Amino acid sequence: MSLPMVEALGVHKSYYGVEVLKGVNLTVARGEVSCLIGPSGSGKSTLLRCINHLEKHDKGELRVDGELVGYEAHGDKLYELTDKRICHERSQIGMVFQRFNLFQHLTVLQNITIGQVKVKGVNDDVAKTKARELLARVGLSDKEKHYPSQLSGGQQQRVAIARALAMEPKLMLFDEPTSALDPELVGEVLDVMKDLARSGMTMIVVTHEMNFAREVANTVYFLDSGIIEESGDPRTVLVTPTSARLKLFLSKVL
Amino acid sequence: MTTNGDDAAKVVPVRHYGRWVGVVVVVVLIAMFVHTLFTRPSFTVLTCSTHHAVRTCQHEWRFGWDYVGRYFTSSEIIDGLLRTLELTIIAMAMGISIGVVIAIMRRSESRLLSSTAWTYTWFFRGTPVLVQLEFWFAFNALYPSMSVGIPFTHVTFFVVNVGTTITAFGSACIAFGLNEGAYFSEIVRAGLLAIDEGQTEAAISIGMTRGQSLRLIVLPQAMRVILPPTGNEVISMLKTTSLASSVGVIELLGAANLISAANYKTIFLLITASLWYLIVTTILSIGQFYLERHFAKGALRNPPPTPIQRVREDLAGIAAKFHTKRFADAGAPR
Repeated sequence: MSLPMVEALGVHKSYYGVEVLKGVNLTVARGEVSCLIGPSGSGKSTLLRCINHLEKHDKGELRVDGELVGYEAHGDKLYELTDKRICHERSQIGMVFQRFNLFQHLTVLQNITIGQVKVKGVNDDVAKTKARELLARVGLSDKEKHYPSQLSGGQQQRVAIARALAMEPKLMLFDEPTSALDPELVGEVLDVMKDLARSGMTMIVVTHEMNFAREVANTVYFLDSGIIEESGDPRTVLVTPTSARLKLFLSKVL
Repeated sequence: MTTNGDDAAKVVPVRHYGRWVGVVVVVVLIAMFVHTLFTRPSFTVLTCSTHHAVRTCQHEWRFGWDYVGRYFTSSEIIDGLLRTLELTIIAMAMGISIGVVIAIMRRSESRLLSSTAWTYTWFFRGTPVLVQLEFWFAFNALYPSMSVGIPFTHVTFFVVNVGTTITAFGSACIAFGLNEGAYFSEIVRAGLLAIDEGQTEAAISIGMTRGQSLRLIVLPQAMRVILPPTGNEVISMLKTTSLASSVGVIELLGAANLISAANYKTIFLLITASLWYLIVTTILSIGQFYLERHFAKGALRNPPPTPIQRVREDLAGIAAKFHTKRFADAGAPR
């Protein structure tokens, strides 16, 4: 079996003495889609942000593509990476946020080209061509000159996905990508994500969309108060949960 | 009542009698004031002149418009105006640069940097700018010479004689610039605080450094919040520079005072200087409007029209109304 894309071993994270992650273990293989589910405050988003090093984990080992996140091991010591190295690592991991976070002062096209040009040093024209391809892929070719505020939530989230894909990431993280959307707009975003999953992208999705998890995920992880309570194939885990907590959670969300 | 458009009941708007009275009162007051501007009351000085053997005598204008006219473009006043502009530009440039640095330092994770920034703002906002000005003017008494070298040793690379290097004009630039830096840092900080944390996170998540996300993502958006108070600061600085006359810099107000010290026409020269301040303020306000429009990109679905666009729209509206009226008068079919 090839190297897993993401590997977490006993990952801990506390904020001001409150332990949010209490030793999380998880392995995501290449090309796999994993869904993180669980009640709010269970640590799903924190885990996702640790993988991207938006948050520093305190203890444990976290590897993306075989490399430690944010640190380098020499002998028995861990050296914190320089900002430049961390930025380089991050540029290979795409992230989609609950509230889209599109750059409000840039047009849709500029939102997708700025990372390519300023981070990867791609030529302007090449970046634009790529951005247009991605816009076509998410079905928004006619919106390239619009500003984010002129788009619906669903359209903004599709642009956000295109912005992340423009960096040609090896891993995509989704932090409740449909939670801020009107119900009738959820479908268009999930369709783009399904298409992405079919194309073989490795994805970790924090979600409350159980149907999506059942349909697309290879593995579902149920987090509760900082630990993974139950995990496995969604068709088993979501249909016949073993732990009492997951049973309770599913009875509330389904 | 019917819903048919032709027979629909006529709408009678509410009559605002109180407002009409108010309008009349205000119009009369404005007319009275304008009248006083352009009259020659009998208590003013009577001046006589002889032209083609005809002697005519006339009281002076209440507001001395002929003096204002004479001095408005005199070389002293124009030189003073240029000094004022020079001081304003240099002090604002210094203030903006320092302000941005201090604001970024305030946000630093290093306690030393953030508290240094806080102390800077505390000190320069906490003492009168006039005191700071006098202080910098007397700086050579405290530090007669300054040198660049290795700290706490006798090794020096070059020495500067403070007394000859920092002129009155220089000390005014330093004083106003450092003072403005303290105020401007708070404006920048307000701008940075106004931008959602998510923008930085998104920038960082695509691999931007902290510096890139600040420069390319956060600051351009913060500009929208920063600009209106900046306009305020520039206009305020324009007038604060008049304090420089206390250390002997002859700027606009200083030049006006010098002239009136000789001819005692104090009020008329103050009017002359004030007119120039108003003119520059007007130009700055127009510039501010267009800058704000530029940085509003993406923040509003539709940017507000420029005054020129608004006038054009109004004219188009009137023209359209006129057109339909003529069309109706000509007996257009219903």
